[in-house]
Amino acid sequence: MLELSGVSKSYDGRIILQPTSLTVAPGETVVLIGPSGCGKSTLLRIIVGLVSPDAGTVWLDGEQLTEQTLLRLRSRFGYVLQDGGLFPHLTGRDNVAIMADYLNWDQRRIQTRVAELAHLVRLPLELLARYPTQMSGGQRQRVGIMRALMLDPSVVLLDEPMGALDPLVRADLQQDLKDIFDRLKKVVVMVTHDMGEAGFFADRILLLGEGRVVQAGSLDDFIHRPANDFVRRFITAQRLLTLAGVNP
Amino acid sequence: MRSSLILAVLHLSGLPAFTAETVVVGSKAFTESVVLGEIIRQLLEVRGIRAEHKAELGGTPVVYNGLKAGTISVYVEYTGTLMQELLADKRPTNEQEVRARLAEQNLVLGQRLGFINNYEIGVTRELARTRRLKKLSDLEQHPDLNIALSSEFLGRKDGWPLIKARYGLPQVALGMNHETAMAGLVRGKNDVTDLYSTDSEIAQYDLVKLEDDRGIMPVYHAVYLYRADLPTKAVEVLKELEGKIDTQLMLRLNANVRINRVSETVVAAEFLNETFGLNLPTGESRWGRLASGMVSATWQHLLLVIVSLALSVAVAIPLGILAYTRPRLGTLILATVGVIQTIPSMALLVFVIPVLGLGLWPALAALLLYSLLPIVRNTYQGLKDIPLALKESAVVIGLSRQARLWRIELPLASRSILVGIKTAAVINVGTATIGAIIGAGGYGQPILTGIRLDDIPMILSGAIPAALMALAMQGLFAVVEPLVVPKGLRVS
Repeated sequence: MLELSGVSKSYDGRIILQPTSLTVAPGETVVLIGPSGCGKSTLLRIIVGLVSPDAGTVWLDGEQLTEQTLLRLRSRFGYVLQDGGLFPHLTGRDNVAIMADYLNWDQRRIQTRVAELAHLVRLPLELLARYPTQMSGGQRQRVGIMRALMLDPSVVLLDEPMGALDPLVRADLQQDLKDIFDRLKKVVVMVTHDMGEAGFFADRILLLGEGRVVQAGSLDDFIHRPANDFVRRFITAQRLLTLAGVNP
Repeated sequence: MRSSLILAVLHLSGLPAFTAETVVVGSKAFTESVVLGEIIRQLLEVRGIRAEHKAELGGTPVVYNGLKAGTISVYVEYTGTLMQELLADKRPTNEQEVRARLAEQNLVLGQRLGFINNYEIGVTRELARTRRLKKLSDLEQHPDLNIALSSEFLGRKDGWPLIKARYGLPQVALGMNHETAMAGLVRGKNDVTDLYSTDSEIAQYDLVKLEDDRGIMPVYHAVYLYRADLPTKAVEVLKELEGKIDTQLMLRLNANVRINRVSETVVAAEFLNETFGLNLPTGESRWGRLASGMVSATWQHLLLVIVSLALSVAVAIPLGILAYTRPRLGTLILATVGVIQTIPSMALLVFVIPVLGLGLWPALAALLLYSLLPIVRNTYQGLKDIPLALKESAVVIGLSRQARLWRIELPLASRSILVGIKTAAVINVGTATIGAIIGAGGYGQPILTGIRLDDIPMILSGAIPAALMALAMQGLFAVVEPLVVPKGLRVS
């Protein structure tokens, strides 16, 4: 269970995120969406501890995120970012196993877990001997997902995970990722700016604008019951892009 | 192998423990001083005292400070230099006062060797005739003359500044190596230069000395200068030479080296054989000397470059990391290593002599300081340039600060760090040649001697191997790179 209560952030007097509260239960996928600068990335970075909020608290399974608990609690977060965020000097396998290795897991246990995850993300095991630069974008992203899941975290956070992929690869990966989330029953928080992708994954969509949640609900709510003009315009813009065949 | 390396280091460094019974003779970087150093060394040895000659130690400040620091025990100085330059701030008016001032620093002024070597201002006979030059005051009427002086004379209180002020001369002088200035005079590249009155070139090229018509120039008697702790036995031997070398003889000894191209060692041996009825060896092949010199120079040069580089890597990489992790401290670190780089090497060497003496250690210290900048900078920049997404990935997956540095950041910066080390290595090969000025040997030694003796093969015997060593360093790093830079950063 991930709980945020009243977290806020401002830089140089400019409010980036107004006090925001959010609770995500295991098995639930929440998607944060909104235009650039709306605060969705800041919110994700607060959850994962890259940004410390000016006020409010983050709780993970009943434990509060503080400077003292952060390093320990991080192994219960899995983090996937655009293009995988893989370390170029390590092979796919070493990228996946880096934390397990750091935590001194024995090699057999690492081996078993890597094989399990490769099967889960449908990646041939031998491909993991390659370096990131020797893989395709989709392969890199699958390795990134393996790395995020390696320590069996309670929460998986994804920052524009499909951003760098072409549409066909993207569609494949979306389906695989959704199947994985359905099976693993984890807390999932994803940032995207594509309403279609949000609708595909989300149990709940949070549309942010100017540092606050403008509307929360299902894709159906957004299309049929937009909360205000801003939401209406955001939806319309997304539709136009999709109709025009532009990949947002 | 390792023990011989250590021995070599200790030997070159002149550690007191090893030199307790060895008398170290010093000399300045001009022929006369080197010949006298050789004479003293050989006479000490033939009298059963272990002696070593640290030859061609840059200028007066290097040798004098080396004597005060205890790295050398004795050298030949000139009374004028002592009064007007070294002790000028204490204003001694005669030799008695000089002796007293030196005694305060535990130094002893010995007796005169017998010759005078004054500074003179000289021109070619041709120029003296066409411009009617006889006296120093005549120079005032010829502001167009090119004046090239030995660097030391150019700056010394008893040198050019004194003459320029007292004679009101308008010319601006250039500074260079003494022998180069003289060669320039003979070849017509410059019109006026300073001469030492014992220079053999004066007679050889029929140079004209301009009269000091206002009588301002000091007299320079050659005298021993030694440490008060020099063993009595050695002092006794030095006394044997007192009054034995008159000005004519010194001129002849200098001419033998500079005109007849006999080595200082042989000239000194011949003099001692003649004067004391000794039987010191005087035969030596020029090429054999060149070859054996190259072997020891290579060894010394490698030692300088490799040891200084290893020390620098050990200091500079942590400094670069510190600069990256503590930005405010980092600004200070980067500024400091930048400033160090701008200190002229000669000045830096003279600064470190009082602390580290002469020889290997000050040279290593200087090279260490000069190689900091490229390594610190490249370490810092390499770490800083890692994409933010990768740095954040490393944070978010839960690695500690230290683990991030070792597992992620340093490997990603490895190529940049290696380039910094390579730059430092190549620069070091070049810079190490200045080590010869303070007695650290290396390829600078034949270069320095070759310039002094106008001996091209000897200059090349230092310059070519130095260039080859720089190339070899480049090659070495091509071999090292795959061992240091992770494979993932090299594949595409």
